[in-house]
Amino acid sequence: MQFGEHLASARSAWTSGRGEMADVVVSSRARLARNLEGFAFPDRLTPEIALQVLGRVQGAVQGLGPGWSFVRLGDLSNVDRAVLMEKHLISPQQMQSPEQAALAVRDDEALSLMVNEEDHLRLQAFRPGLAVRETLDDALRADDQLEAGLDYAFTPELGYLTACPTNVGTGLRISVMLHLGGLVRTRGIAQLLQVLPKLGLAVRGLYGEGTEAAGDLFQISNQITLGQAEEEVTASLERAAQQIIDQERAARRMLKEQALEQTQDRVNRALGVLRYAQLLGREEAMQLLSELRLGVEMGMLQVSPEVVNELLVAALPGFLTRTIGHELQTLEERAARARLVRERLQKEGV
Amino acid sequence: MQCQSCGLRPATVHVTRIVQGQVEQAHLCATCAQENGEIEIANPVALLQSLLANFAGQGPTLKTETEKRCPSCGFRFSEFRETGRLGCPSCYGNFRDELEPLLRRLHGTTEHRGKLPARRGGAFQRDRRLQALRRDLHEAVAREEYESAAALRDEIRQLEGERG
Repeated sequence: MQFGEHLASARSAWTSGRGEMADVVVSSRARLARNLEGFAFPDRLTPEIALQVLGRVQGAVQGLGPGWSFVRLGDLSNVDRAVLMEKHLISPQQMQSPEQAALAVRDDEALSLMVNEEDHLRLQAFRPGLAVRETLDDALRADDQLEAGLDYAFTPELGYLTACPTNVGTGLRISVMLHLGGLVRTRGIAQLLQVLPKLGLAVRGLYGEGTEAAGDLFQISNQITLGQAEEEVTASLERAAQQIIDQERAARRMLKEQALEQTQDRVNRALGVLRYAQLLGREEAMQLLSELRLGVEMGMLQVSPEVVNELLVAALPGFLTRTIGHELQTLEERAARARLVRERLQKEGV
Repeated sequence: MQCQSCGLRPATVHVTRIVQGQVEQAHLCATCAQENGEIEIANPVALLQSLLANFAGQGPTLKTETEKRCPSCGFRFSEFRETGRLGCPSCYGNFRDELEPLLRRLHGTTEHRGKLPARRGGAFQRDRRLQALRRDLHEAVAREEYESAAALRDEIRQLEGERG
């Protein structure tokens, strides 16, 4: 597979819209943070030493089997990097010194590896729907294969040593991306967001730390990485996710019972705007797509959830710029976004 | 769409309340939504910084601590207070005393119970076991239980032999 195909398509391992509990859970992700013994953390590496780290990791990636691409971010254009960030394959952290950072990614994008992020290695596994145990297994298996060729910084007392002590131990961040359109619209979300931190769970927006929960998408993940085995952490996250799913479904039932017409009105208005607008801003598109998603999840609309996921990614600025082929002015970007959404929905026959 | 409360920032939180069958909607920015108590988004970085700030106020020994450097990478612990990140893996051992209370606050423990590296894990497993056996031996001798002490000593020797 050519690396360019990762850049051209908004599809990823998590966008299929299939999987368990897919009416609420968009995707599951497992992330392992690892560092190489004998090297300072990426923040403090000289460019020469950082390249040594890249070289070692590139060698170890061969052990992951066929179907992997390895690319240095310094060799990519700004637009290509923006696209990879929008696909969650690289991070803003890596953009601080792109010439020292790299990405290894499997053809299906279900497994990927950020090199010289906050830690030397950030291994990620993605699956659609609720599949946290499976994503953990995917990540741990790849971790073993990588470790065959790398000496990890590890002590029996503290586990895997990471640049930030919030990750030390397992280095595991297991998370689910949830669409909580019902809870946001029935105000249940405030209560939920207050309870989760008390259960040792963190809530973030679609694009990680410090981002807003745009499009009613919330990422729920574990906080604690020390003193609990990976399976334990994963099981408790799964239990919490299950409870949130139940609450979200209850909120949607409430919408159906107490505000059916209003909800249908909002969903259909969103569809109308998405289907016919000439200009679409980013925030507006995110919000309208959330209404559309809710309509799909509540069985009011016949649109494939995969289309909603793809549009969510494809309507982001990096993707639009790459599709059009040159830097976009604000108005041009809004027009391009509206056209993309319009044509995709038309193709779906909606 | 602008926030209905401040009118400055874009509205990203859309709240619908159903009060006695009437639907009320509010479109707020994240800041106003938080202030109004509509949402509360946990921020782990802020949490860490507030923890670090607490530790920074810990009395007169602080001065000498901040001057200490990691012999492996030259990192000063005061830099950690600014960035929340350490310099290299050896910093964990070299700033053990400074980090221990922080790890306890963050994770509730300072003991790893998860995965061991697959390739090198065997040796760590053995070391973990040896440590436990030596502690047991020490206790057995203290209790004058020489028979079990002898058995423990044999087991330790055998494990040490395997390690080579």
